[in-house]
Amino acid sequence: MKKKRPETEAKKTDRPPTEYKLRLYITGASPNSARAIINIRNICESYLKDRYDLQVIDVYQDVELAQQEQLIALPLLIKKLPLPERKLIGDLSETEKVLKALEVNM
Amino acid sequence: MSRSINKNNTTVLKKTPTGINGFDEITYGGLPTGRPTLICGGAGAGKTLLSVEFIVRGALDHKEPGVIMVFEEKAEDLEQNVASLGLNLKKLQKDGLLWIDHVHVDRSEIEETGLYDLDGLFIRLGHAIDSIGAKRVMLDTIENLFGTFDNEAILRAELRRLFSWLKDKGVTAIITAEKGTGMLTRHGLEEYVSDCVILLEHRVINQISTRLLRVVKYRGSLHGTNEYPFLIDEDGISVLPVTSLLLGRDVSSQRISSGIDSLDGMLGGKGFYRGSSILVSGTAGTGKTSIAAYFANASCGRKERCLFFAFEESPQQIVRNMRSINIDLNKYIDTGLLQIVATRPTLHGLESHLVAIHKKVKQFKPRMVILDPITNLVAVASLGEVKSMLMRLLDFLQNEGITVLFTALTHDKENLPQTDEGISSLVDAWVQVRDMENNGERNRGIYIMKSRGMGHSNQVREFVITSKGLELIDVYLGPDGILIGSAREAQELQEYTGAAIRSNAANRKNREIERKRLVLEAKIASLKEEFESVQEELNKTFVEDDLKKEIMEKNRQQLTQNRNSRYTENGKVNKK
Repeated sequence: MKKKRPETEAKKTDRPPTEYKLRLYITGASPNSARAIINIRNICESYLKDRYDLQVIDVYQDVELAQQEQLIALPLLIKKLPLPERKLIGDLSETEKVLKALEVNM
Repeated sequence: MSRSINKNNTTVLKKTPTGINGFDEITYGGLPTGRPTLICGGAGAGKTLLSVEFIVRGALDHKEPGVIMVFEEKAEDLEQNVASLGLNLKKLQKDGLLWIDHVHVDRSEIEETGLYDLDGLFIRLGHAIDSIGAKRVMLDTIENLFGTFDNEAILRAELRRLFSWLKDKGVTAIITAEKGTGMLTRHGLEEYVSDCVILLEHRVINQISTRLLRVVKYRGSLHGTNEYPFLIDEDGISVLPVTSLLLGRDVSSQRISSGIDSLDGMLGGKGFYRGSSILVSGTAGTGKTSIAAYFANASCGRKERCLFFAFEESPQQIVRNMRSINIDLNKYIDTGLLQIVATRPTLHGLESHLVAIHKKVKQFKPRMVILDPITNLVAVASLGEVKSMLMRLLDFLQNEGITVLFTALTHDKENLPQTDEGISSLVDAWVQVRDMENNGERNRGIYIMKSRGMGHSNQVREFVITSKGLELIDVYLGPDGILIGSAREAQELQEYTGAAIRSNAANRKNREIERKRLVLEAKIASLKEEFESVQEELNKTFVEDDLKKEIMEKNRQQLTQNRNSRYTENGKVNKK
């Protein structure tokens, strides 16, 4: 439910600038989660300014999501767009790996 | 929370029954409640099935909801796979007793970019457990995660956390793992799950497979330490608690007939003890199966159920063949008193046979069990194994008070009357049927090698199979040893003729004596005649003498007279 609304919203409002559609699943305020949020924000601001749509979802808020989305390792960042979809796990501290996986041209 | 206080004020481990046949017996109650248990084994060893059965039995029999988390199969596949074993997962899910979660992670689409944890798994599991109030959890096979994630250090830490978390949750969990080389599991999971470790094996020896289960470790509890065979069939898993058997069984002094009157006669006229074990051994074609069929027939005739395990012939074959000796087993099969279970020994391993027999006996509840013949089991395993299997089977059957009859094939070459399986020391009674070859024919002899606790005949009887049935005949004990078959008949005939000849000879002698007597009498008569003639002769001379004398007297007188007259006429005449 949660995932659909932002998707459509993003499509409608920021279609041309939103090249990157990212979703970050975290678990409350765990250290890994906190770090992941900071890291992805930094990366996005540095490399994808105004070209991204980042959504942070706390799995604790909706535990059913875990099964629906096949979540195991967290934090998990899913690059929905551009295709192909990619999944990145971890606190996103290895910036180079993250950029490579996101296919960001530096 | 998983411990309770017993009378001695010490805590004992609480156990959760698995509901799996036999398994709870070897673990003395089941798996440790509220603790994780590791089940390891190779591919196809039955790990998943054992786990699923644990969950399903819990849900069905104990109303304990369970969570199945699968890492390998899809939920639908799992449902299908276990449906063939009569487990309906769909219905349980609908009833809120079961929760299935299929964890699928595609290695290729994941990039590791720093530290992470497996909170997702915890959340899913936690959600599942809380949703249905699960008491039992199964993770099959969590080791797959090692293939998905690179960072083993994190994984290990997370697994450790998972198992202690499961303990905190108070759920009884089963974790399955593949068997590794030199280790119980490929990734050393036993380090984390060490309360209870169960090893499943699927061993193939001589192309025959046997499934084995062993409790490697069980903290805080007694458990059987052997390898226990188990069987997977349409009813799920059955484990055989093999050595929990003791020699403390009750014995019956009731006697039951063997169905063969003359054999009962050799046992004091009353037959064998109920609940005893009887071995009928003999060479090929000596009528072992026929004897077994008589036992079955007698048992059914007493309205007691009989279970006949045939390893050589099909039920139809046995029924047909026994009809030829005037036994109709078919009517008992129809009325449900007799069941013939025919299997090839090579169908499964020896231990699986044992489990199968076990199960059948539990189902059918017979008073008599017949195994015909046990010798064929050697095709599946070594002698030692067969012996130990039979020993356990015997113990089990006798514990149940079931009379058991084995037949065993012995070989001519062996001089010793020893059965192949060496179980003769285990059985209570041993009847030996053997071929006696003599004078160009083979005959059957039957004798009782032993019969514990009762007087029995020491004689060898001749054992005849006719269209009327089995019969024991006293063998002829002659000066040259025992005679059987036509030799016995010949001997009997000979005796008869001998008697005739003897009487004939006596008659002849009598006649001869008579003749001799006659001859003698004749001789006596002739001697008498002779004597009379001699006497007559003698008499004759006497008469002649008298006559002579008389005549001479007469002559003299004449002479004297003549002389006197001469004197008177002329004296001269007389001088001339």
